[in-house]
Amino acid sequence: MTGHVFHPGHSELHGITVVVETNGPLTYLGRYDSQDERGVHMLDVGVHDGAEGGSKDEYVSKSAKFGIRTVHKHLIVPADQVVSITPLGSLM
Amino acid sequence: MPYNPALVAPMRTEMTRMGAKELTSAAEVDATIGDQKGSMLVFVNSVCGCAAGNARPALELALRHSVVPQHVVTVFAGQDVDAVARARQYFGEYQPSSPSIALLRDGEVVHFVHRHQIEGRTPQAIAADLTAAFDRFFGAAVA
Repeated sequence: MTGHVFHPGHSELHGITVVVETNGPLTYLGRYDSQDERGVHMLDVGVHDGAEGGSKDEYVSKSAKFGIRTVHKHLIVPADQVVSITPLGSLM
Repeated sequence: MPYNPALVAPMRTEMTRMGAKELTSAAEVDATIGDQKGSMLVFVNSVCGCAAGNARPALELALRHSVVPQHVVTVFAGQDVDAVARARQYFGEYQPSSPSIALLRDGEVVHFVHRHQIEGRTPQAIAADLTAAFDRFFGAAVA
């Protein structure tokens, strides 16, 4: 079964753990599922709220080491808020 | 909802063929990981082709290294739900992810490989990281 993929036809980011930065205080970490007119669909999502204090970089770094503390099983980040989508693995 | 057992059977076989002991119940997890002495690798298997599809062959490569854990066990996320939930209780502050790989020494997690450290990487690259961890945590100097 090596290399067997169960989700052909999806975006190349499908299933990849990503950091979604927004034009607001919120940063999302989780698995990218898909993207449509509503926004970016993510699964098993953790959130950093810059308005509550704490460094976003520390949050990302801690999540990379210890894993993402899921607060949303499924979340849609509105399309007009998305600034960037970056695989978490590429940031480490 | 779990996948069809027939669909995941080859993924289970891939693990047992390389010598991993499959744990399918919470009781089996407790009996194997609880009070564990020495070195152990716990592989949280997954149907995800983009990550587990590279993680399994990576582990197979890594287990050819000169330094390897004394025990290699596996639980299957989304399949053996109770076993996975119990195994994760032994992972302490590390959050659930699958596939993932935990290295334990005398029952304590000393190294953890999350899904995001597997995604998009070749089996060879993942195996290189694993063997480095084997050397660091299970090598003769720390035995």
